[in-house]
Amino acid sequence: MTLAQRYRDEGADELVFYDITASPQGRSVDRRWVRRVAQVLDIPFCVAGGIRSVADAEAVLNAGAEKISVNSPALADPGLIDALSRRFGAQCVVVGIDSQLTAEGYRAYQFTGDPARTRESSRDVLGWVREAQSRGAGEIVLNCMGSDGVRRGYDIEQLRAVRAACRVPLVASGGAGAIEHFAAVFRDAGVDAALAASVFHDGAIAIPELKRALRAAGIEVRP
Amino acid sequence: MTGTVIIDSGGANLASLQFAFERLGAAARVSADAREIAAAGRVVLPGVGSAADAMHRLRAAGLAQLVPTLTQPVLGICLGMQLLFEASAEGETECLGILPGAVHRLQASAARPVPHMGWNRLASSTSDPLLAGVGPEAYFYFVHSYAAPPGPFTLAPVDYGEALSAVVRRENFWGVQFHPERSAASGARVLENFLGL
Repeated sequence: MTLAQRYRDEGADELVFYDITASPQGRSVDRRWVRRVAQVLDIPFCVAGGIRSVADAEAVLNAGAEKISVNSPALADPGLIDALSRRFGAQCVVVGIDSQLTAEGYRAYQFTGDPARTRESSRDVLGWVREAQSRGAGEIVLNCMGSDGVRRGYDIEQLRAVRAACRVPLVASGGAGAIEHFAAVFRDAGVDAALAASVFHDGAIAIPELKRALRAAGIEVRP
Repeated sequence: MTGTVIIDSGGANLASLQFAFERLGAAARVSADAREIAAAGRVVLPGVGSAADAMHRLRAAGLAQLVPTLTQPVLGICLGMQLLFEASAEGETECLGILPGAVHRLQASAARPVPHMGWNRLASSTSDPLLAGVGPEAYFYFVHSYAAPPGPFTLAPVDYGEALSAVVRRENFWGVQFHPERSAASGARVLENFLGL
């Protein structure tokens, strides 16, 4: 809650709440908490974590979330994307993809919130991006696991390939460590938004400073 | 006529709109009851979901006939704004017909993905009490796949590859394509202006 308020005041354009252990633990994100966050936030926010049905999604949206993001449950049951999109509209339905390079190319991974249960889904990332869109996803968040947590920059090459296959907004995730990484991912990969967590949580990058730098680099951002 | 009523058009996330009014110190009730809506001081027509679904629900509740006859300030938000027009290409739906013209689907391109999702400034704006204090530097949050072209009742367009209606008004009916409840301080200003109409 404190973080949510801090980011709102610092000028974040959207907040995403990942309850990353929800899917591996077979539960869904806590709605009372979603409601408390919705009461104080006046920017869009997306909730992810163990949403496995239209009813799960409805509860989270009714609690005040803007969008819901599905990842592991959509890999297990791709029809979930169709059902959510039909009921709430594509603009509500984000598909998160955890992508990692394997001997066979980039593959989507499941249950990445728990290292002991993380497993490869056998789905090719580009194929999954296309399928998710045709099933009604309104946004794709691509988390590049190879660059996640190491703060050496977004995986520009992979994001660019996904951008070319993606007709809906694409959000880059994984690898942000410095202000120039954000400028690079907008400029070189053409993504619509860039997501980061740890560099904001620990104060390594301040949002107002990041936005000033992006504007100076000619990238339009909300002040 | 008292209070603000949010029409329950069946979409999820009416809570975020209620919370936005609460943050402004105003309570807003959610209702699909024709008498309660007719008696409200102000009416909000929200809408997340599809035009066909929302119109179906409004008709089933007898509200499709009621809404065009309202005389108090009415604010359509996002899909709620689109429903004010004659028709929508989304499901080939006949809408409320308060505003002339039809809503079309946005054309996706490499530079302009659809849904249009993000923060934009208004391309220009006509002076109106709903937009009091909203300057050219104000950003609003848009999330939509369908839109109305600019027309005689457009107060402010927004540019997304093509010019689109961002704010419309005909007499006591206003509409905004963006989500004021998710547009930080600039959105709060619009809602506050609405409460003062």
